[in-house]
Amino acid sequence: MAKQLMKGNEAVVRGAILAGCRAFFGYPITPASEIAEAAALLMPEVGGVFIQAESEIGAINMVFGAASGGVRAMTASSSPGISLIQEGVSYAAGAELPMVIVDIMRGGPGLGNIAPEQADYNQVVKGGGHGNYKVIVLAPNSVQEMCDLTYLAFDLAEKYRTPVYVLADGFIGQMVEPVEFPEPKIPKIDKSWCVDGTSETRHNLITSIYLAPEDLEKHNLKLKEKYERIKKEEVRYEAYRTEDAEVILMGYGIVSRILKSVVDIMREEGYKVGLLRPITLFPFPEQKIRELAKVAQIFFVVELSTGQMVDDVKLALNGMREVKFYGRCGGVVPSAEEILQQVKLVFEEIEKEIEHQK
Amino acid sequence: MATSTVLKKPTAFYEIFERKPDADKINTHYCPGCGHGKLHKLIAEAIEDFGIQDRVIMINPVGCSVFLYYYFDVGHIQVAHGRAPAVATGIKRVHPHSIVISYQGDGDLGAIGGNEILHAANRGEHITVFFVNNAIYGMTGGQMAPTTLPGMKTTTTPRGRDIRNEGYPLRMAELIATLEAPVYVERVALTDAKNMAKARKAVRKALQIQIEGKGFAFVEALSTCPTGWGMNPPEAEKWVNEVMTKYFPLGVFKDISDKVEPVKFDKKVLTPEEIKKAIGVNGDSATYVKNYRKNIIPEKYKNPKIKVAGFGGQGILLLGLVLAQAGMLEEYHVSWLPSYGPEMRGGTANCHVNISETEIASPLVSIPTVLIAMNRPSLEKFQPTVKSGGIIFYDNSLIDIEPSRKDVEIVPVPATKIADDIGSTKVANMVMLGAYIGYTGVLTKDSIFDALDITVKRRELNELNRRAIEEGIKFVL
Repeated sequence: MAKQLMKGNEAVVRGAILAGCRAFFGYPITPASEIAEAAALLMPEVGGVFIQAESEIGAINMVFGAASGGVRAMTASSSPGISLIQEGVSYAAGAELPMVIVDIMRGGPGLGNIAPEQADYNQVVKGGGHGNYKVIVLAPNSVQEMCDLTYLAFDLAEKYRTPVYVLADGFIGQMVEPVEFPEPKIPKIDKSWCVDGTSETRHNLITSIYLAPEDLEKHNLKLKEKYERIKKEEVRYEAYRTEDAEVILMGYGIVSRILKSVVDIMREEGYKVGLLRPITLFPFPEQKIRELAKVAQIFFVVELSTGQMVDDVKLALNGMREVKFYGRCGGVVPSAEEILQQVKLVFEEIEKEIEHQK
Repeated sequence: MATSTVLKKPTAFYEIFERKPDADKINTHYCPGCGHGKLHKLIAEAIEDFGIQDRVIMINPVGCSVFLYYYFDVGHIQVAHGRAPAVATGIKRVHPHSIVISYQGDGDLGAIGGNEILHAANRGEHITVFFVNNAIYGMTGGQMAPTTLPGMKTTTTPRGRDIRNEGYPLRMAELIATLEAPVYVERVALTDAKNMAKARKAVRKALQIQIEGKGFAFVEALSTCPTGWGMNPPEAEKWVNEVMTKYFPLGVFKDISDKVEPVKFDKKVLTPEEIKKAIGVNGDSATYVKNYRKNIIPEKYKNPKIKVAGFGGQGILLLGLVLAQAGMLEEYHVSWLPSYGPEMRGGTANCHVNISETEIASPLVSIPTVLIAMNRPSLEKFQPTVKSGGIIFYDNSLIDIEPSRKDVEIVPVPATKIADDIGSTKVANMVMLGAYIGYTGVLTKDSIFDALDITVKRRELNELNRRAIEEGIKFVL
């Protein structure tokens, strides 16, 4: 199929509709607004629903309602809006509702600014709402993946009956690249659990309340078991020139693209450096990290934050290897050349260490 | 016979309350004399009489009525505090044939969910809202509600509600009735037989409106909370009738049900091909490979990393987009990234364009090999970043300084002047584009012209755009 040039935020909505999403509820916020705008334009064209909600709280609860009806539903927002959405995500995780939430991250804390940042990692991947829950988090790094991972997100959400995030930064949302679109899906409503105003579903109950402590504990353990299953089955990553790498660069989203440039330049200069890009942030590619640590001496994590994902890299390695961090934030995006200088320092350190050991 | 009819529960109630966790599966969890049971019964009877049991979806709120699902044999969604109208909106919009009932207490609807109810009402959602007002937070132990009367003692107004500190009780029915969209708004009291008869009528009417597809209906029910108020049931009923109704008068506040036209909900079901067409991915606007006769490009100009910069309004982003689109037509890997952020509205604009024979790693152009500068601040800001051996195009009819770099190629183009000469300052960007492709050979005029037709929505402008591009090419040759 031929490709089309398209903006990331617009590819998201097309990916969603092709996945069978027929309900979008959102509240405008830069740099995610194009998603709502595209949904406003396109949803009615395919017999879907679009509502601009009164707030992000309203939006996520409308998604909650539509998802309860077994219909593929979504919202999209950016960092401060995601903070408001968290209440609804906790309820949806508890009620085991499939839904997709797109977060086009901007600068924080507070009002911050509208430039790209990756400082929502903690509030999204670690779950910003209350209770013992996890959400699947997909991190696209191209316009093609904005479409493909949104498309995938709906299947995963339904397979595990859980909220799924597509976590991107302002650059990935605003960027224009060629996209090839997948085939449309016409999903069926699963009447076994949903509530859709028919006799078949009359006895169904969507709820997150378990009054008796024993019942709630049981429910929590059931959720935990589900998250363990997700950890086993849904890890996705891209390993680039990692086979013999002494230093592994790690980053997601726009950063992973910059890191790829760094790897290419440094490889030409003879440095044994590779890139591990998590595509799923939960589940995190822990095993792959440990596998690479058999050869790699140092893991070098780059984020548009003061350091959030780096904690998960450290947890995965559990002291096996040294983890270094380089971050820029507030909307400042490091160039490949800037990162390259930092990575070269790491190689110098390794050299010194080897000298020292001799 | 008559006795058995009276004792029979409406079919909309479960015969045995299996979902109730305690041993008593026959009686409700409500306190003696509580108004909830009365309202439940009115609703259940109406559901049965209208024959809509299979279609009903109840939104279970937070508060004493959180356990609606113990009793009503209908579909249920349990929701967060205050969010019932938003959830009701979501489910009703995707399943318009369902009958959605949002049942909420005063804290839920009047305080934490104030925003949700106001907007659901204002959108005229086709839902039925039953609002139980007992002037107190019953379930959580008797704290102040937004409807607590002035002077009334609660656990959080131990000296009585002081309007100077806590403000006034909210009259929700009156508030909702001021909005355009709601079809029917009434306040009733769940007390004596006379009031119950009115309440029964109101419940039915509110449901009837939804069944007929007429819109938003809201019934506020003044309800007793003997436990929360520290009264016995008869005292509580008397207090509603004599005290509460003074502040919350009973009656119809709005009823336009005989004026509004019923809405018919049609379900649009599309085939896969229709879906693709509807969202513009069926190939109509897709790019098919054409064989452009490519120019011979000098090695130093290949795989350009381009930064285009200038004032907002100069068509900077469009210039970049046309380059990327044409690059794609010529089967290069391309990316386009706009500057966005505070700059977006501050008057300057720039974008990053990659046109590459190999896959593009970073779409960011921090060290451009090509700078196209359309104003002086852009030239000053970005010329130091240009790669040694790179090339700078600048509009010397607009920029009154010369680039100072000695290690890059400099190409002055009086783009604005040329544009003015052919009739519009606006096409200076296209003159510059022409100059760039003409000078470097990167991309062909043919692919650029095709790209224009894909990128520019107002195609009638393209005649002038094409002329501007030709002029730009002519200037550098």
